[in-house]
Amino acid sequence: MAETLNPPRLLPSGDSAITVEFSRTIDDAANRRVLALDRVIAAEPIAGITETVPTYRSLLVHYDPVQISFDALGAQLLARAAKAPPSETGTRRWRIPVTYGGEHGIDLEDVAKTLGTTPDQIVARHVAGDYRVAMIGFTPGWSYLSGLETFLHMPRRKDPRLLTPAGTISIGGIQTGVQCLAGPSGWHLLGRTPVRTYQLHRDPTFLLEPGDAITFAAVDAKTFAEQDRAAEAGAFVAELVTP
Amino acid sequence: MSKLVVTSIGPASSVQDAGRPGSQRYGLVPSGAMDRLALAAANTLVGNELFAAAVEIGPFGASFTARGGAVRVALAGAPRNADIGGRPVAFDSSATLADGETLNLGFARGGSFSYLAIEHGIEGEPMFGSLAVNARAGLGSPYARPLQSGDELKTKAASGAAERRIELPAATDAPIRIVFGPQDDEFAEDNKKLFTDSEWKISATSDRMGYRLEGPVIKHLDGHNIVSDGTVNGSIQVPGNGQPIVLMPDRGTSGGYPKIATVITADFGRFAQISAGRPFRFKAVSMVEAQAEAIKFHALLHSLPDRLRGIEDFGLNIEALRDANVAGQAVSAIDAATWQVAVP
Repeated sequence: MAETLNPPRLLPSGDSAITVEFSRTIDDAANRRVLALDRVIAAEPIAGITETVPTYRSLLVHYDPVQISFDALGAQLLARAAKAPPSETGTRRWRIPVTYGGEHGIDLEDVAKTLGTTPDQIVARHVAGDYRVAMIGFTPGWSYLSGLETFLHMPRRKDPRLLTPAGTISIGGIQTGVQCLAGPSGWHLLGRTPVRTYQLHRDPTFLLEPGDAITFAAVDAKTFAEQDRAAEAGAFVAELVTP
Repeated sequence: MSKLVVTSIGPASSVQDAGRPGSQRYGLVPSGAMDRLALAAANTLVGNELFAAAVEIGPFGASFTARGGAVRVALAGAPRNADIGGRPVAFDSSATLADGETLNLGFARGGSFSYLAIEHGIEGEPMFGSLAVNARAGLGSPYARPLQSGDELKTKAASGAAERRIELPAATDAPIRIVFGPQDDEFAEDNKKLFTDSEWKISATSDRMGYRLEGPVIKHLDGHNIVSDGTVNGSIQVPGNGQPIVLMPDRGTSGGYPKIATVITADFGRFAQISAGRPFRFKAVSMVEAQAEAIKFHALLHSLPDRLRGIEDFGLNIEALRDANVAGQAVSAIDAATWQVAVP
């Protein structure tokens, strides 16, 4: 367990943003504090803050230096961090359908071989996990999940792929993720979901929030094809288990 | 209904405005103009709001033809040779294309991006309050991609208002100011000094996501992988090869390389305009100075309407200036009114 920083460090990201750093490593306790500070700022806004971006270990706070200085905002952020409750209230839980292996998850067999087990066992372990959205970043809707069991931890590929499919469910390092748009990735591809975490002209455009709880459900390729059409038409396809 | 038809255009040209902040927590980067002062100056010249959508034109030439009526436009940013049907057009000025006339723009001289603002703005469907193109996310209007020949930018007919010019602060090639952080403690003091003491060039492989820098190798204290955290415009990240990358408006919202420093807001547009291969330097400033400069830059943007002048009191012969520009690369009055000194 890595140490979390108390109080957090205030790191300047230029003249219009502050990184509030709770840990230097991936750490669930630090991520909970990041999300807690984010919630406290949403509940008790500070004039001059323009947006906040939670990541694994830090909260990036964008602000307008015309309205508030680094020192003044830093002091208020430390005060909010000190009283931010680590508990989560009203956490949403989503069940996300995944079709594992085959053309949907071209690395499943290699992952099983590397970890000395069968593809079915990898699927059983991945689908049994209880995950949380630690951060969303890189490209729209790319959701990084914490909670991957130790057995499935695996170094990233030496040669990242330049193009991986939309909806890819993958593992990399100690993380698993839900990728929305097609794009580059160095992670191992286990399957695909028809769920669009980002879709224009749908309300909401972004399905998942940092802090949401996630479980996966294995579905067959036929179900994937049906749900993919429904999702294209604007359906969530992901099931909201608890509001 | 008037429109400008794109009759020729190079790569890296797209509709941009102030972008769409507010969704970085979902991985959606704001995008928006590379040089906001130039965007705002062009818009001010034709009576638009400061950050109305305009055409950001990359380093290569372009031409636009008015159809369906007259179209009033303004040019700012990286200077180029420009004419409407053979009549020279000055930068930092407005001009009107009669129906059927073509605006011809040459290569950018001493800069990278020019802004073509259109009176009454460009018609489009805002997404998250912005028309700015972000091709990876499928966003932007009227086209969710860089502009191509044949594209049409719809607008309202020209008002017939008197043409204007705008007085901008004199150009400077002073060092690009940075504040250290957020991860400058991942670098030894002598490597931070190497960063600020060295001459840098922008690689030709740069784009709206990031500018790759060429110069000395900047070494990390221990390893180049950190846990991904948030990025801003101007974040200077140092990957394993020690050649920094400055993140630009189409950056990823998070990144996993240590960020040694950040370009200050007031200098970001000037940095974005530095041509590939042209040497420049960085200078570290304090947070207090950076924020004072940000406040001054904000005041400059909002002073633009007060900087408009009539064309008649220009007092200079535009054609003579243009000839001087074409003939030599001396810093002319036209260049001095933009952000770039001409490359010798």
